[in-house]
Amino acid sequence: MRLSAAEGARLLREGDLLALGRAADEVRRRRFGNTVTFLVDRNINYTNVCVNECRFCAFFRRQGAKDAYLLSTEEVLAKVRETVEAGGTQVMIQGGLYPDLGLPYYEDMLRAIKREFPQVVIHSFTATEIQHFARQAGLSVRETLLRLQAAGLDSLPGGGAEILVDRVRQRVSPKKIMTEDWLDLMRTAHEIGMESTATMVIGLGETLEERMEHMERIRALQDETGGFRAFIMWTFQPGHTELAAHGAAEKVSSWDYMRTLAVARLFFDNVAHIQGSWVTQGERVGQLTLAFGADDAGSIMLEENVVRAAGTRYEMSTRKMVELIRGAGREAAQRDTEYRVLKRF
Amino acid sequence: MTTIERARARAEAGERLSLEDALALYEENDLLFLAACARAAKERASGRSVFYTVNRHINLTNVCSSNCPLCAFQVEAGDPRGYVLSLEALEARLASARAVPGLSEVHIVSALHPEEPFSYYVEVVRRVRAALPAVEIQAFTPVEIVNFAKMTGRSIESILSLLQAAGLDGLPGGGAEIFSPRVREIICPKKATAAEWLAVMRTAHGLGIRTNASMMYGHVETVRERFEHLLALRDLQDETGGFQAFLLFPFHPAHTRLGEEYHLQRVGAWEDLKMMALSRLVLDNVPHLKAFWVMLTLPIAQLALGFGADDLDGTIGEEKIIHAAGAQTGTGITKAKLAAMIREAGYEPVERDARYQAVAGGAR
Ligand code: SF4
Repeated sequence: MRLSAAEGARLLREGDLLALGRAADEVRRRRFGNTVTFLVDRNINYTNVCVNECRFCAFFRRQGAKDAYLLSTEEVLAKVRETVEAGGTQVMIQGGLYPDLGLPYYEDMLRAIKREFPQVVIHSFTATEIQHFARQAGLSVRETLLRLQAAGLDSLPGGGAEILVDRVRQRVSPKKIMTEDWLDLMRTAHEIGMESTATMVIGLGETLEERMEHMERIRALQDETGGFRAFIMWTFQPGHTELAAHGAAEKVSSWDYMRTLAVARLFFDNVAHIQGSWVTQGERVGQLTLAFGADDAGSIMLEENVVRAAGTRYEMSTRKMVELIRGAGREAAQRDTEYRVLKRF
Repeated sequence: MTTIERARARAEAGERLSLEDALALYEENDLLFLAACARAAKERASGRSVFYTVNRHINLTNVCSSNCPLCAFQVEAGDPRGYVLSLEALEARLASARAVPGLSEVHIVSALHPEEPFSYYVEVVRRVRAALPAVEIQAFTPVEIVNFAKMTGRSIESILSLLQAAGLDGLPGGGAEIFSPRVREIICPKKATAAEWLAVMRTAHGLGIRTNASMMYGHVETVRERFEHLLALRDLQDETGGFQAFLLFPFHPAHTRLGEEYHLQRVGAWEDLKMMALSRLVLDNVPHLKAFWVMLTLPIAQLALGFGADDLDGTIGEEKIIHAAGAQTGTGITKAKLAAMIREAGYEPVERDARYQAVAGGAR
């Protein structure tokens, strides 16, 4: 029987952490046995200039600011080359909402990467960026996605979902994409055969019901399209952002994080992979997500400007990752974007 | 019944585990099963309460004659980084400690200074006692006690009695490391032996001095050696009943010769919580299990409350030994934050004194 959102909220409120963890772990074990996968990829932040100026972002700069930057296609290619040389299989290209680049800038970047590195999977651009590209080009989201897909975009990261409840979004990132638009965009991507992940950020001042509403919206869309490969969850990182400075958000505890992760595993009967976020939560909490329903350890990121800017930095080499997975009594395997095992350790 | 079935049945029923049981449970690695059993054991021992206390740590000196490979704190005599806390500096520390509301414990742990006479340490205890009459003085590991005995030619019992007369209440329980002589030879060859450590504790308990017990894991020991260590503690506890709490010290390899020589990495949080749960289960006769957040980090210390821990230790002001070894946690935390973490885990925060009695005015 499928867990309802109301039941999920009850579990978030009163559920016993260990009982939830054991139930979630049992579901995970039946599907994935003893294997824990991870990916090697690189985040490429092509620009830190952003017109949105979200309150929780420690990364953005205004155009013309001293430390504002925009990477050229050559610079992006150099980073992709380093990724390939380091054994990476995917790049995640993201950036701020640059005021006036135009779609051809992105298309050229994608084509150039595919020309030189056809084997690299391009898993890039948040929903907010896609929406921004579409508006600037005067195109529909579908047309924009089709053009990017034709240029080489393989997959969409599910970032920017935050909490898919407009009350929360209005409060924390009023200029970012709203709930219906995020879901429509993902639906459109899935319809044209572009898969994605889904994410959730907790600790943005949402209620437990709103967390479940978020999961419910994703589960319902997944019933329609089947295009979400994974659900990834992390906690808001207060760092030195404006939202934290105003006391509007407090760091979610490890207890709350694990409980929510376990409920997500139990709730998502239609999304295969559940992933903790080792980058934001740190490797200690990250390793423990493997006991609470997570089957994947996410990626060894070769660079992550956005997370680093908020004061959290967790570098991890493949060796360390493999050791931590083994330390949890599991077998470590490097995977590709589609969760195919590339190498066992 | 297979070994593991028997071990699981015993863990679930709260029956005493044998060495083979503990090893089988370790090997099976069913982390949340161990947690559930350990949590039940915690609730049998201390109900819904989870304790914390307001304490201060004082490290008198970092100059040490023992030069243990495991140590990131000590320096040799003559090293410019070496210090000995003068009695004047001590008085200043005590004056600021007096201003700490609800201070319950002062912990004093130090290196083995080659020259500082025993009279200095007795004087320190006397001054702490005079400055803080109602505060529990937990001072000197058995390793230090053995060192005092060697320096003065006195017996362990006479050393402990002199310190007790000066105001000492308890021993903090460090220095146990791993009892196996094979391991001690590698990690701390010049330190007090396991037999000496246990003898100090037996004598202390006989004198009515409360103590803690500990284990340092995650270096060159085998899993079997860990459980042999725990069983030696359990045996002594059966005899004396004098251990109040048990602490786990995961080895922090940074800045240690041992870490460098053996290329050691800090064990993961999984291992920390697994040892937490198994310690709770094996040490069925020790009342309390500390989750030392300075070692574990706060997020893991909170999760430890689901793995059998019932004490988050203190709102430590300043601590040098673990931070010398690279622990990156902050050095202080507020009561409100500890209490909130405990409540979230479904337990009742109890601000305790050194005898695990609720302190009036503490958060309930
Ligand atoms: S562990 Fe203790 S006895 Fe050994 S060197 Fe360090 S301070 Fe000295």
